Amino acid sequence: MITSFLIKSLDRTILVAVAILLALAVLIPVLNLLTAPDHPLHVPTYLVSLFGKYLTYALLALALDLVWGFCGILSLGHAAFFALGGYAMGMYLMRQIGARGSYGNPLLPDFMVFLNWKELPWFWYGFDMFWFAALMVVVVPALLAFVFGWFAFRSRVNGVYLSIITQAMTYALLLAFFRNDMGFGGNNGLTDFKDILGFNIQADGTRAALFAASALALAVALVITSGIVRSKFGKVLVALRDAESRTRFLGYRVEHMKLFAFTVSAMMAGVAGALYVPQVGIINPGEFEPGNSIEVVIWTAVGGRGTLIGPIIGAILVNGGKSIFTAAFPEFWLFALGGLFVLVTLLLPKGIVGTAQHYLGRRRSHRKAARKERVTDKEAVLLAAEPMAAE
Amino acid sequence: MYRILQTVLVALILLTAIPTAGLRAEEPLRDLVDALGTAKLSNMDEHIAALAKSGDPKIVPVLEALGDGNLYVRKADGQVFLTRESGADLILSDPLSGESVGEAPKSALQKIKVNNSVRRAVRAALGGLTLLSPDRNQRFRAAQSVLQAPGADALPTIENALAAEKDAGIRALLEQARATAILTSDRPPEEKRQAVQTLKQSGSREALSILSAALGTAEETLKPDIEAALASIEQTQTLWAGGQNVWYGLSLGSVLLLAAIGLAITFGVMGIINMAHGEMVMLGAYTTFLVQDVVRTSFPGLFDWSLAIALPLAFLVTGAVGLAIERGVIRFLYGRPLETLLATWGISLILQQAVRSIFGPTNQEVGNPSWMSGAFELGGLTITWNRLWIILFALTVFAGLLFLLKKTPMGLQMRAVTQNRRMASSMGIRTPVVDALTFALGSGIAGMAGVALSQIDNVSPNLGQGYIIDSFMVVVFGGVGNLWGTLVGAFSLGILNKFLEPYAGAVLGKILVLVLIILFIQKRPRGLFALKGRAVEA
Repeated sequence: MITSFLIKSLDRTILVAVAILLALAVLIPVLNLLTAPDHPLHVPTYLVSLFGKYLTYALLALALDLVWGFCGILSLGHAAFFALGGYAMGMYLMRQIGARGSYGNPLLPDFMVFLNWKELPWFWYGFDMFWFAALMVVVVPALLAFVFGWFAFRSRVNGVYLSIITQAMTYALLLAFFRNDMGFGGNNGLTDFKDILGFNIQADGTRAALFAASALALAVALVITSGIVRSKFGKVLVALRDAESRTRFLGYRVEHMKLFAFTVSAMMAGVAGALYVPQVGIINPGEFEPGNSIEVVIWTAVGGRGTLIGPIIGAILVNGGKSIFTAAFPEFWLFALGGLFVLVTLLLPKGIVGTAQHYLGRRRSHRKAARKERVTDKEAVLLAAEPMAAE
Repeated sequence: MYRILQTVLVALILLTAIPTAGLRAEEPLRDLVDALGTAKLSNMDEHIAALAKSGDPKIVPVLEALGDGNLYVRKADGQVFLTRESGADLILSDPLSGESVGEAPKSALQKIKVNNSVRRAVRAALGGLTLLSPDRNQRFRAAQSVLQAPGADALPTIENALAAEKDAGIRALLEQARATAILTSDRPPEEKRQAVQTLKQSGSREALSILSAALGTAEETLKPDIEAALASIEQTQTLWAGGQNVWYGLSLGSVLLLAAIGLAITFGVMGIINMAHGEMVMLGAYTTFLVQDVVRTSFPGLFDWSLAIALPLAFLVTGAVGLAIERGVIRFLYGRPLETLLATWGISLILQQAVRSIFGPTNQEVGNPSWMSGAFELGGLTITWNRLWIILFALTVFAGLLFLLKKTPMGLQMRAVTQNRRMASSMGIRTPVVDALTFALGSGIAGMAGVALSQIDNVSPNLGQGYIIDSFMVVVFGGVGNLWGTLVGAFSLGILNKFLEPYAGAVLGKILVLVLIILFIQKRPRGLFALKGRAVEA
């Protein structure tokens, strides 16, 4: 069964994307570690971390695509799952500092000593073990998504209402994490990490490994989402996206299916956050900003919602553009980003990949019509996966 | 010859007698004043009290100078002078007559040191002295300062003043001061009991602290009375605190209403998610800033009218921006609410950055006109004028909007188009025009809200961001497409927020409100006042 799931998930585009990701996972660390700094193909460490960060963003965008592109749930709170995953990883990294903090307390992180806390709060227990933290990276966002989604989908909150309350959710978390009493470092968040799994977090080798892990995680997530959307279940997801009431009347438990997709998506976002934190070196409540979640939506929209590959391309393009733009003309980045929002929604509603597929598909079907051949199954699936107009 | 001798004698006697008579009256006073020069900080109070007892208005400038640190003693002969600074020298003047007596270098004099407790004693003494002043305001201030530090020795002064006082407000203050003074005096218990009653009736916070201070030193027989009075005052205080919370809640609610009411039009009536709504509010606030800037530099006399000028201008500016947004972007996205959300978010980023590039990222100074500053007391409530005006303004805007929608041809067309676009179109209504005007109206109202919010919030490019989520919450909570829902939603969220704050703190209170709204949406997905019938599916 698993084999058939895998085989179904790998159509040509996905296969190529996974192959590229795996190649990158090997190539970039090799170019970083095994070439001399003056070698023309040498990749400096800061670039490795930067691209690693992009890949985690891409994973987040992919997670959003699963719910927005295939389920019609426009979540404006996905950065919250990302940040929760990040905090879980940050707590592990904090505990790893041990007595090397500026106050030298072997048990309590610096900010707790600073706040005059005497003992570790209960929710920090266990985070000194990597397996536990890794579990929490997935479980905490999934739990939040499950509870939130269970309430929301059961009472048929959908469309814009859902978007607005997901935004309220991340806003509430933002406010909560800003509080010092929460025990997550308040305004400053968690930072000053020393090492991960015993390796120095600043070292080139660790950075390269983190990059490889990010690429690998993205590849795995791509296979999983692709498997989901290409299964029978995925087809029903698309059906409920385009005609929710009709799907419900056909006897499908729409809210359960949405809940499943939403929870899986939140888990992926959590993993993305966990890989993001060690590469950036800090996690603070700013990650919960409602604006961040909306930015994720625009990455997905630029690349093309409902295409799986699109969000990855979109996230990398937009963030690459952001890095270049903010360095060259910091004043104009918000103009550019804002303009991108407007132009993409007006002129490129299917995104880059969606539009490209549309033209490719049309040309191919013309050619096929001329040859009077039947459209293969695979392409029918491909066409079905294209989003229609939202709602 | 005899006559001449007589005249000379009389003249001589008069000449000597007049100054000596004058001197004799001044002599003890001058001694008292000079004693200040040698007094220590610890017994300064006694000297001040002795001065105050004289009741002579001449010592008012002395005490004032002492309080302000302008009273100096001459090292050579220990005489005390009022001084004014003049470069390195001090201009000296006589403390009692106020006549100038020349200058002296600073090194020749020593400042009489004062600390806070001395200043308090000075204030109380001054209060007693000015209690009989003919000027009402001065008496009022004097009564207030006496109330802050009433001692048993001030009792005769207070009672004198009370006998002469006619003004009810000042009488109330003096009564309290008298009661307080009696509690510390050695008057008979019966009078003290009455004093406790007086304080209890006043029910003020000061009375609470006076009584709890008196509880420690009072006689055993008096203690039950004081305790009962304390309990009663505490109860009144709780009631007033509740009232104050309601007031704060109404005030917050009016702000929410202002921010959300434009959204109730664009989101509630038209179904457009306008994420740039907050930026319309921000543009309105910046319009106010510009208007005030022009008024300040060109027509300073009109400053009190600046808000009245800014109001229509803000409406026009933001209305025009709204019109441009609708024609340029939103009209291509009707029927695709999620895309509209993204596009308007983009517009909000552009507007924010534009304002930041033009005006800079810092807060701009927007002044309160005189009729909006200050506060007044209503029972135990403190009500600030600007909050009161904003509540009135929010309600006026609401009423105006309701009238526009229900009673004018334009409102009729708006409702027709939103209820059934094609039918309205076939009846000859030009739906694109109505769309554009409705959106412009919603944006214009946001701009007017910005004028009001500029009075209580920081005018910065991020002004709008702070309101956008709250306004959406209000509209969603109240029920989309229903102006009354927005009104009720705004005020109930405002009051709920302010009642949670004392228990949970400001931030946690806000989080709780958000969580409650999220839960509420589960229960009633269409809000408090849900539309029924066909409009729901539109």
